[in-house]
Amino acid sequence: MTAALLALFRRDLLLAARSGGVSLTGALFFLVLCGIIPFAIGPDQKLLSRLAPAILWIGVLLASLLGLDRLFHADEEDGTLDLLMASPAPLTAVVMVKCLAHWLTTGLPLILITPLLAILLGLDWQYLPRLLLTLCIGTPALTCLGSIGAALTLSLRRGGLVLAVIILPLALPLLIFAVAAASADGTGNSARAPLLLLAAVALVILAFAPFVSAAALRLTRN
Amino acid sequence: MRLEVSELACVRAGRPVFAGLSFALDKGEGLLVRGANGAGKSSLLRILAGLDEAQSGKALIGEERLSARASHYVAHSDAVKPAMTVAEHLRFFSQLLGAPDNSEERLAAALAALDLAALHDTPARYLSAGQKRRLALTRLLLARRTLWLLDEPTATLDSSSLHRFETIIAAHRAEGGMVIATTHEALAIPGALSLTLAAP
Repeated sequence: MTAALLALFRRDLLLAARSGGVSLTGALFFLVLCGIIPFAIGPDQKLLSRLAPAILWIGVLLASLLGLDRLFHADEEDGTLDLLMASPAPLTAVVMVKCLAHWLTTGLPLILITPLLAILLGLDWQYLPRLLLTLCIGTPALTCLGSIGAALTLSLRRGGLVLAVIILPLALPLLIFAVAAASADGTGNSARAPLLLLAAVALVILAFAPFVSAAALRLTRN
Repeated sequence: MRLEVSELACVRAGRPVFAGLSFALDKGEGLLVRGANGAGKSSLLRILAGLDEAQSGKALIGEERLSARASHYVAHSDAVKPAMTVAEHLRFFSQLLGAPDNSEERLAAALAALDLAALHDTPARYLSAGQKRRLALTRLLLARRTLWLLDEPTATLDSSSLHRFETIIAAHRAEGGMVIATTHEALAIPGALSLTLAAP
């Protein structure tokens, strides 16, 4: 069973690596979004740097939605999903592995370019570590949450937008606590509560989402 | 090991496809499912493969209900990724299906059995339809499963590959395996039972 999951994990990374950068579309979108916002807000450096955590988190949220509709769809189209069901590994574990591979190839790049974009938005350096921490906690949960939407919209031809409509409201708690933690004042004390709440929400999502996704997959396949 | 199907009924999009379908298959036996387009051949195979739910009735293998883990299911879509090479597919299939032995020799033997050895390092995007189908069929040899469910397995195969595949099926049955295939082509399964689904 472990061998089956490892094989799936390696295959997903391999396919992402050979996709010719398709998995980096989200990062590119994130870059463009954060690149144009300073033009819209204008030359008020103070305002921009105060808004930066919120802008960066909204950017990450939207960017991580971009590739999610392909999470199961690519395997559904060519019949690989039938094959995954025939594996001795349980479907919930299959979903977890796919989410992990998807996060590594789409979520992690977003975190990696965040420091660069933080400079672009004039974020105060002392806020950066905490912002990165909220992203490290929040983005895996976003991917898992998105897997539910991906499973539910599997039978739709263009499920991307429906997926966003289903997932965005559910992602609101993550967004609220993450931005609250990331933009709390410098001393860090006021960041503690939202950070813990963010972690709690993320853990609940990580624990339950794979089961819900697997159930949704079985449901939409029938 | 015996496959028993009793009173199976299937409904698709609110429309009955077949009902009251019963048959049994002993080890070593083959079954050819025939019927017009839309008669429910593929639906029957998907139900037996544990991928779709039947409206009513049950299918048991031995004492267990049929699940996707109990059989091999090969259908129109080959589960082949254009970006991966033939060898990478084989390794993936073998590990994913829980084959106990993933050695190079075993993978090479499966490749040779379907005459794909020369294409070892070719990315699947350069394969023809028939070669892709043969690559999908290697799954049958990589992990041992008693029941093979084949939905139009030979649709894209040329005559020499067809012959090769018939030999593979015969060997599987000689070892006590069971085969259920739907086909319009002349797939020879000597002594196979026949089941004709009437158009609804």
